[in-house]
Amino acid sequence: MANLKEVRNRITSVSSTQQITSAMKMVSASKLRRAQDAIQRMRPYASKLKEILQNLSASLDSSSGGGFSKEREVKNVLFVVINSNRGLCGAFNSNAIKLTNNLINEKYPSQKATGGIHILTIGKKATDYFKKTYTLASSHNEVYDNLKFDTVAPIAVQIMADFAAGKYDRVELVYSQFKNAAVQTVTSEQFLPVKSETVAGNLKAKSVDYIFEPNKEDIVKDLIPKSLKIQLYKAVLDSNASEHGARMTSMHKATDNAKELLKALKLSYNKARQAAITNEILEIGGGAAALEG
Amino acid sequence: MQLEIVTPDEKVFEGEVKLVQLPGTTGSFEILNNHAPIISTLKNGKIKITDSANATQYFEIKSGVVELQNNKIIILAETK
Repeated sequence: MANLKEVRNRITSVSSTQQITSAMKMVSASKLRRAQDAIQRMRPYASKLKEILQNLSASLDSSSGGGFSKEREVKNVLFVVINSNRGLCGAFNSNAIKLTNNLINEKYPSQKATGGIHILTIGKKATDYFKKTYTLASSHNEVYDNLKFDTVAPIAVQIMADFAAGKYDRVELVYSQFKNAAVQTVTSEQFLPVKSETVAGNLKAKSVDYIFEPNKEDIVKDLIPKSLKIQLYKAVLDSNASEHGARMTSMHKATDNAKELLKALKLSYNKARQAAITNEILEIGGGAAALEG
Repeated sequence: MQLEIVTPDEKVFEGEVKLVQLPGTTGSFEILNNHAPIISTLKNGKIKITDSANATQYFEIKSGVVELQNNKIIILAETK
C-alpha cells in the first residue's frame, strides 16, 4: 500500500513541474510570435533582392557571379550548423546534428578521411556536440542575444572571405526550416558556391529597359554577397522560430503528461486514504466488540 | 512618386516623395518625378528625401541598391 505522505509529496512535486512547463509553453508562444514577425519583416527585402538579381542575371551568363559561383574540386567542406542555445525543445537540436552527421558520412566520406571537414556552429548545443569530434572553425552562440541582421551578417562575410581565400571549397548550411508552430523540417542547402539556378534566374523576368549604374556585372557582384547574407540571416531566423515552435510543442506535451500523472497519483492517494479510514473503523469496531464480549 | 526604404530588419520609410538624393557607387545622384527605370548600387552615405510638403529627411546607410520603375522607388539598404 502506497504511503500517504509519499504520495502527497509526489503530487506536490509533479504539480509544481506542471506549473513550470506550462509557463515555459506560454513564454515560447510569445517568443514564437516575435520570431515569426521578424521573418515577416525580412521577407520584402529578400524577395525584392531576389527579383532584382533575377532581372539582372536573365541576360548574363552564370560566370558573372564573381568567385562565388565557381565550382572547385571539393577538398575542404564547411558545415554551418544552426542550433539553439537552450535545450528542452524536444528533438530540435539533435535532428540538425543527426542530419549533419549523415551528410558528412554519405556525401563527404573521403573529405572526412582526409580531415577536410570543418564545422561552424551557431548555437551552444551544436558547439557542445561538435567540439568533441571536430575542431570548430568558429562558433557564434551570441547571435541569439540580439538577433538582428547586423549580428548575423558578419558571419556570412567571414564565410565568404574564407571561401574566396580557398580555405573551403564548399559550404553547406544545416538548419531547421520553419513550417508552422508544430512542424519544423531539418534541411540542408548549399551556401557556396552559389548554385547556378539562383544566379541564372528564370526567363520569366520582366524585360524592363533599365539604366544600370555602374554596370550589370558590377551590380551582380555587389548583390551576390548581399543575397548570401540574407540567406544566412533567413536560416538563422527560421531556426529561431523553429526552436520556439519545438519548445512550445514539447512543453505542451510535458504539461499534458503531468496532468495524466497527477490524475493517477490523486487516485492512488484517495485509495490509500480510504484504506486507512477503513482500517481505522475496523480497529474501532474490533475493539468495541472485544469490550462487549 | 512612391518611395520605400527597406532593410532586412524593418521597413524604414514608405510614402510619397518629390526628390530623392542617393549616394551611388559612381557618385551622388538625384531622382525626380518621371525618371527613367534604373538599377544602381549605393555606397556608404546619406539618403536625402524631400517629401510633398517640402520637408527633408535623412537616412544613413552602409550600402544598398535602388530600383526605380514606373515612379516607384525601392531602396534595399543595410543600415548602420
